Amino acid sequence: MKLKLHIWRQKNTRAKGKMVTYEVDGIEEDMSFLEMLDVLNEKLILNDEEPVAFDHDCREGICGACSLTVNGIPHGPEKETTICQLHMRKFKDGDEIYIEPFRARAFPVLRDLVTDRTAFDRIMQAGGFVSANTGGVPDANAIPISKKDADKAMDNAACIGCGACVAACKNASAMLFVAAKVSQYAYLPQGQTERKRRVLNMVAQMDREGFGNCTNYYECEAVCPKGISVSSIALMNRDYLRASLTEKEEA
Amino acid sequence: MTLDAKIPSGPLAEKWDRHRFEMKLINPANKRKYSVIVVGTGLAGAAAAATMAELGYNVTALCYNDSARRAHSIAAQGGINAAKNYQNDGDSIWRLFYDTIKGGDYRSREGNVYRLAQVSNNIIDQCVAQGVPFAREYGGYLDNRSFGGAQVSRTFYARGQTGQQLLLGAYSALMRQVGLGKVDLYTRHEMMDVVLVDGHARGIVARDMVTGKVVSFAADAVILATGGYSNVYFLSTNAIACNVTAAYRAYKKGAAFANPAFVQIHPTCIPVSGDHQSKLTLMSESLRNDGRIWVPKNKGETRGPNDIPEEDRDYYLERKYPSFGNLSPRDISSRSAKEVCDEGRGVGPTGYGVYLDFRDAIDRLGKHTIEARYGNLFQMYERITGEDPYTLPMRIYPALHYTMGGLWVDYNLMSNIPGLHVLGEANFSDHGANRLGASALMQGLADGYFVIPYTIGHYLATAKQEKVTTDHAEFKKAEEDVRGRLGKLLDLNGSRTVVSIHRELGHIMWEYAGMARNGAGLKKALELIPQLREEFWSNAKVVGDGENVNHSLERAGRVADFLEFAELLCHDALNRNESCGGHFREEYQTEEGEALRNDDDYAYVAAWEYTGVGSEPILHKEQLEFENVKLQTRSYK
Ligand SMILES: Cc1cc2nc3c(=O)[nH]c(=O)nc-3n(C[C@H](O)[C@H](O)[C@H](O)COP(=O)(O)OP(=O)(O)OC[C@H]3O[C@@H](n4cnc5c(N)ncnc54)[C@H](O)[C@@H]3O)c2cc1C
Ligand code: FES
Repeated sequence: MKLKLHIWRQKNTRAKGKMVTYEVDGIEEDMSFLEMLDVLNEKLILNDEEPVAFDHDCREGICGACSLTVNGIPHGPEKETTICQLHMRKFKDGDEIYIEPFRARAFPVLRDLVTDRTAFDRIMQAGGFVSANTGGVPDANAIPISKKDADKAMDNAACIGCGACVAACKNASAMLFVAAKVSQYAYLPQGQTERKRRVLNMVAQMDREGFGNCTNYYECEAVCPKGISVSSIALMNRDYLRASLTEKEEA
Repeated sequence: MTLDAKIPSGPLAEKWDRHRFEMKLINPANKRKYSVIVVGTGLAGAAAAATMAELGYNVTALCYNDSARRAHSIAAQGGINAAKNYQNDGDSIWRLFYDTIKGGDYRSREGNVYRLAQVSNNIIDQCVAQGVPFAREYGGYLDNRSFGGAQVSRTFYARGQTGQQLLLGAYSALMRQVGLGKVDLYTRHEMMDVVLVDGHARGIVARDMVTGKVVSFAADAVILATGGYSNVYFLSTNAIACNVTAAYRAYKKGAAFANPAFVQIHPTCIPVSGDHQSKLTLMSESLRNDGRIWVPKNKGETRGPNDIPEEDRDYYLERKYPSFGNLSPRDISSRSAKEVCDEGRGVGPTGYGVYLDFRDAIDRLGKHTIEARYGNLFQMYERITGEDPYTLPMRIYPALHYTMGGLWVDYNLMSNIPGLHVLGEANFSDHGANRLGASALMQGLADGYFVIPYTIGHYLATAKQEKVTTDHAEFKKAEEDVRGRLGKLLDLNGSRTVVSIHRELGHIMWEYAGMARNGAGLKKALELIPQLREEFWSNAKVVGDGENVNHSLERAGRVADFLEFAELLCHDALNRNESCGGHFREEYQTEEGEALRNDDDYAYVAAWEYTGVGSEPILHKEQLEFENVKLQTRSYK
């Protein structure tokens, strides 16, 4: 099939970007969306033009590197599917496709479709862990955990940290990302000791990074490739409220 | 070059304890006077960096990904082994040790493998303490599944995302140390060279992939945890960016490269669909717990899979290897698939595929159970192929997956370059000629959490070196070299893309150094690779500049190294006149087509020394001593 692509091009963070139109031909339905971009890039290189930069690595929907907004939707039209897992059989000959980076103040563009999402790492540094040094921990079966809780923890732990939730939100809020981590630990006995400081510190860091507030639009849940539920945000809000009544954030 | 494996003396079960006692320690207050560089934040690197920081060392960690959490370890699906014996099915440290030595076809060190089995149990404890949500049974205790090459259930898992969960555990420990200021983390930084001062590894040179700046880092020791080199075959299950550069640069600086020909071809991957293919997707081996592998009995079968009656199906693994059946080790399963396809009984549009069928399991357990076990894998399969595996059998074919070979290390995980340590898939240490499923995650975390934190202390305490800074002449020289090389790459202005050359290299490697190899083919590859390298340096095209994000340049640097490394791999394969594990030389097989090992002449680690581009490397042999297991012909019948 033949497609018309409108792609965001921007040389670096300081440069001004713009949409540029390209045509690609010979796209097969077995190709993945990123393989379609590979075809374009090979063509650009042979034309002495710079290839379109985009983040990607595993191409299996698990590393969270790929981060394209396609026709206005982070990760494109297919539900619970990262853009690297979307295959061209979902498109048809003659389609026009708009490809942009994940846009948010906290995710500055580094080049073309590549953004800097290290703000997520800094939120994790603020509290996204259990403080268990290596060694000196009890036997893995010492504390039974109900299958239900373990499964709930896993549902939340499935987050791939891609940032689609932020890109979809009109406030560029990172609540779903933070809530997923907070909830994973909240369902596990290992997470209880630091439960209150964790939520306070992570939320404080989220605010410092310039992410917006959650005003319950639930766009985040709609685009999350791992199907993380907004009910996690509710859990986090409860935890946050409880914690802020009794604890102070530790800088 | 001398290769001393430094295996501690004494009974196997006491070696590690004894060694830990005999190693020199650095007292807690002094640890902060030492600094260590860790390249790579996969399971091995993240675990090592976090643990050493907890101990008090100053750690600098680097990775080329935009976040430490995105290392390739994240993609591991199936699980991680440990000798917990929670299932009470007869597992033990000894059995895990024995299965691993046997599975590796007796080409690994007893001492290392035994230690791996010993610390396997600590890993599970540690991960649970970190909040890794492993699968559990209704009673609240941990669940296990079986993997190839084992008759016990010792594999711990977190749905089909075990690597992700383990890596997020290690990453969270790392993030905690970054937050505490004990680890300086540099993402989007690619190591381009290691720097030696007076023969010791004292730092690295890296390229900042955002600004293009070439920067140096100095320390008291360097650790490479940079993963495997499957992508020398272009198509593999590895992430796109996985490469050999870090290990290869160390090799060029004098580190020995061990057993590069030992690569693993995974039996259950989604077959190639066309020339556009950029990578292959693994379907976890855990599927073989419930899926049955078969091809039509007859050549030229035209019926769809569901129309082929039982008597016209050949469940060839169950037929040939009745005691392990569909759970036979990876090398054997892969080769069997190739055999039936070469006979003309393969399935799918290309004829290079076999069925992995869940019909019987769905009948026996119900769709719901199968969905709970493998739902996300089935979904992944459907997305890629457009076929529904609940109603049609999956089509699978072997693909490059893992590399057992790597930089040579001693028992302390130190290469032959003092101070240069190598962890995880990047070293050669524990899997011999074939790795068992769910053992790479185990090894990466063992190296990172439980081995290097001890052995690094011993090195630092005994090496007693002067401090150096990046102003040292060796750093300046290395930076110049790196800049020169980048400049050469940027000047390439021919008529072929780097990717097309990489793809061609992959074809050569798959054809002549893939699942089955022979002397003539390997010699052919050794002619073709230098020609392709010549083509690269004369006719490849790299666009853009060195001052901005430039994926074209990054790829070119990696492919340039693959083009040299491929030759090394072929030399090793040609030298090893035997078949063992993943290395199958067609000249050396039994009448029944099974691998024929030659223990008299080849029970050694082949460690290669660099002598120059295109010139034959020098072979050094580390003889393997087996004091506790008897070398036997591997049988899974
Ligand atoms: C699809 C798939 C499924 C798998 N499933 C399983 C499984 O179920 N069980 C199992 O045991 N094993 C499995 N494996 C194997 C296992 O995942 C890997 O062997 C293991 O994760 C490797 O970990 P590592 O820490 O050594 O390296 P990696 O995770 O590959 O990390 C390498 C790190 O090094 C960095 N790096 C590399 N080069 C440079 C450089 N030049 N400069 C800077 N940084 C660099 C990267 O950024 C990255 O951080 C699987 C592998 C694949 C491909
Ligand atoms: S490339 Fe890894 S999730 Fe898309």
